[in-house]
Amino acid sequence: MSTTIRFKIDGKEIIAEKGQTIVEAAKANGVYIPTLCNFEGLPPKGCCRMCTVKLNKRYMTACTTPAADGMEVESDTPEINDFRKGIIELLFVSGNHFCPACEKSGNCELQALAYRFKMMVPRFPFLFPQKGLDASSPKLIKEQNRCIMCKRCIKAIKDDEGRSYFAYQYRGNKLEVILDKKLGKEISDALARKAMDTCPVGSIIYKELGYYQPIGKRKYDKEPIGSDIEVQQ
Amino acid sequence: MEKKIIATTSLAGCFGCHMSFLDIDERILDLIELVEFNKSPIDDIKNFTKQVDIGLIEGGCCNSENIELLKLFRENCNILVSFGECAIMGGLPALRNGIPIEECLQEAYIDGPTVGENKQKILPNNEELPMLLDKVYPCHEIVKIDYFLPGCPPRAELIWNALVALVTGKEMELPYEVVKFD
Repeated sequence: MSTTIRFKIDGKEIIAEKGQTIVEAAKANGVYIPTLCNFEGLPPKGCCRMCTVKLNKRYMTACTTPAADGMEVESDTPEINDFRKGIIELLFVSGNHFCPACEKSGNCELQALAYRFKMMVPRFPFLFPQKGLDASSPKLIKEQNRCIMCKRCIKAIKDDEGRSYFAYQYRGNKLEVILDKKLGKEISDALARKAMDTCPVGSIIYKELGYYQPIGKRKYDKEPIGSDIEVQQ
Repeated sequence: MEKKIIATTSLAGCFGCHMSFLDIDERILDLIELVEFNKSPIDDIKNFTKQVDIGLIEGGCCNSENIELLKLFRENCNILVSFGECAIMGGLPALRNGIPIEECLQEAYIDGPTVGENKQKILPNNEELPMLLDKVYPCHEIVKIDYFLPGCPPRAELIWNALVALVTGKEMELPYEVVKFD
């Protein structure tokens, strides 16, 4: 029995392997579907809704939906792109994302998505929530003003016994991702750096390493996010 | 073609956006062929002398004088543009937004490590001084703003492209490298 699946994204023929999600299949075929909470190598969560696509007149998250034969997926349409831009704007107003003073600026996925979708100003009022930061770990700073609760760090940064260094605390609008005080004191150098690279925004910062790349040489200075996936048509 | 009239101001900003404006370099000579400046720090005209086509606003609103000036610009400008992160989202001054105003003043004038002679522990409170607002507001939360140019500062190229588009009525060019938030 063949394991090859054929379906369409915005009319383009996609050839996928059985078991691949829409996002994975699209990437393998040179089509970029924007993602934020998704991280290669980690199980998808589908919480940020950036990868929303339209399938059978319903909105689905492409990072959690398995590819199936004969699907007709809508992704790069004005309606869906405006929806995605709205999500980015909501994230910008619900935290304190002050790009000029952020160590992650230029390498930040949230900022890069805002650039890609040409966000000039959020359409929603700024909330300016009161949030703190935890710098008690000798290696890391957990800056709550910039956290978008994507859970990538909770899933990726674990010790040998499988315990997460990061965890959710509180609920509802008080929800935050914290670094475990005890584990945070013992975190290895390599894992601390991995934690910073796993964070899509500037919420996990490796200490004493701010602004090490000059403007113009950072990841998203010259090319929009996703342009490495998109093939020249 | 009649020259368009431009006004600019800096509210709670650092004048970095105006400096970036001057980074259009010798193109300012082309600009002066197309536009005439009215109230602006660039020509030092203090008051509006006529209705203006395009107003550029740098900085957000942190005190009552900022609000007054912003409303004056809205009345006197047909098109109002927020340029720079401070005008768009409060920027650096907005870092105080999570701190009560009393604590800010206490730190700045009494407790702060760099405070010199203030033995009577006086906080500035004179009716001639503008009143501080409870927090720093983005300009578009006070008056209607028509266009936004992000950046800290906005790239000179972005300001130039925006002015050319507004003056000539053509669609604005937005290359990827010029729209940046830092």
